[in-house]
Amino acid sequence: MPQMDGDVMRSGRFSIGALSARPSSGGLLAAPLIVYLLIFYAYPVLAMLERSIYRGSWTAEVFVALVKDEVFWRVMQITATISLIVTVACLLLAYPVALFLARSSKSAANLMIILVLIPFWTSILVRTYAWMVLLGRRGVINDFLLGAGLIERPLQLLNTRFAVCVAMVHVLLPFMVLPIYSTLRGLDWRLIRAAEGLGAPPLAVFRQVLLPLSLPGISAGCILVFTLAIGFYITPALVGGPGDLMISMLIANQVNVLDWPQAAAMAVVLLAVVLVIFAGFTRIMGIEKIFQGQR
Amino acid sequence: MRVVWRTAFYGLVILIFAYLLFPILIVIPLSFSSGKYLAFPPPGFSLQWYMNFFTRSAWTDSAWLSIWVGLAVTALSTLLGTPAAIGLVRGSFAGKKLVNALILSPVIAPGIIVAIGLYFAYARYGLVGRPLALVLGHTALAVPFVVINVSSTLYGLDRRLEYAALSLGASPWATFRQVTLPLIRPGVFAGAVFAFITSFDELLVALFLSGTTAVTLPRRMWEQIRFDIDPTLASVSTLLITITTSLMVGAELMRRRSERLRTAPIGR
Repeated sequence: MPQMDGDVMRSGRFSIGALSARPSSGGLLAAPLIVYLLIFYAYPVLAMLERSIYRGSWTAEVFVALVKDEVFWRVMQITATISLIVTVACLLLAYPVALFLARSSKSAANLMIILVLIPFWTSILVRTYAWMVLLGRRGVINDFLLGAGLIERPLQLLNTRFAVCVAMVHVLLPFMVLPIYSTLRGLDWRLIRAAEGLGAPPLAVFRQVLLPLSLPGISAGCILVFTLAIGFYITPALVGGPGDLMISMLIANQVNVLDWPQAAAMAVVLLAVVLVIFAGFTRIMGIEKIFQGQR
Repeated sequence: MRVVWRTAFYGLVILIFAYLLFPILIVIPLSFSSGKYLAFPPPGFSLQWYMNFFTRSAWTDSAWLSIWVGLAVTALSTLLGTPAAIGLVRGSFAGKKLVNALILSPVIAPGIIVAIGLYFAYARYGLVGRPLALVLGHTALAVPFVVINVSSTLYGLDRRLEYAALSLGASPWATFRQVTLPLIRPGVFAGAVFAFITSFDELLVALFLSGTTAVTLPRRMWEQIRFDIDPTLASVSTLLITITTSLMVGAELMRRRSERLRTAPIGR
């Protein structure tokens, strides 16, 4: 049937073009999402940020006031301190886990990684609540210690810096495990065996071979955890004390008293810090790698 | 010496896994407590806190709202995200990197900035306190997960299958429907699951957009937690953990299946 032949020819020619998405059609497919995000996400955020420099006319006075604002600097300092502690603690806890997973067989590692991913996908609110239950004055840990006769009065664990760090590390740990694991999994382990075969003691193998080779994963994980930690709100608000006011909470407070210019100015600073730090991340690793689940 | 090192290392890894899982697991027995307060171990077994949850309309209304918002977000972000992923993976157009950054930015941007930005603009549109506001806001947060998951299945797809269908006379649309879509379906499904969880668990945007009329489940939990950590929260948490975990495991199984399909030798 000649007609069918013609159909095959035609559709074949067109469709290969369409499915390999020439420049225009690729953009066309993404267009609805781009428009959506611009209207319902990017514009709202930018319009809010604009309030920091524009009130009838352009002015930098809010930023000038912010620089002199002692509370702001104090809160920035608290935020940086907590984020730093959390990042270091995450690294120390994540590395052994990543190493263990990388040394396990692929199928065993895939199974155990679910144990890392379950907390990862459990609501932050649920995890924070769990820590409140554990650390509270009448919480599980105090109950246990009192019952065992180790203490006489309940310890103040909740609403402390300690509680903030423990709970935040718990929430952020998977973000450190996944990039380090991904780096270690792709490593040429013959290099480590070679060092061992040449008689290097375990510590030297770790310091001079394994650690330098894991640096991409370590730096990616640290940047990711630090940037996410800076923006934390829910966990410090629930388990922190009055001295653990982080920048996100301060911004929310300004919005609640409807001081938009001040809130917007602080948001600009926070966003700038996050963007600068995160620019380093994209040089090391694609963000998709983390959220794909496990490669 | 090696044995000591190894034992210490395994012990450490087990402790870290315990730290990850214990807080989540401890909530489950507490939710079945017959006591009036949170106490461990629970004095006895009872379903009173679940009864509390299922019989109070404040809780059930919020749960239903969260489910409906979650489903709407899932549909919207899958419909927007899937074609966008195809365009981004297959196409090469000007500003592609910028578009990628725009789509992925909600994952990295501090939640409070997104939340107050949406509040600032949506208040002007008169959307605050309406479920629609939550759907629109949550979709921006959920769509990156759809794009990421669909992209990753697209990268692994054997293009020869599409060419085969085309050369056998299938139209481009038929090829997409009958060849491409079934092959990327695990990615679309995983993306949809993550989109649902993202919306269902979301609190910060809800804090600002819920008003008093569209109170989602996380928002209700937040108010309750700040008031008193009564064991009803343990039962809600247990329900959430169960839902999230089963959805996660489902998505994971789908992903593995797609990996097998992808790596299966073709024509051999």
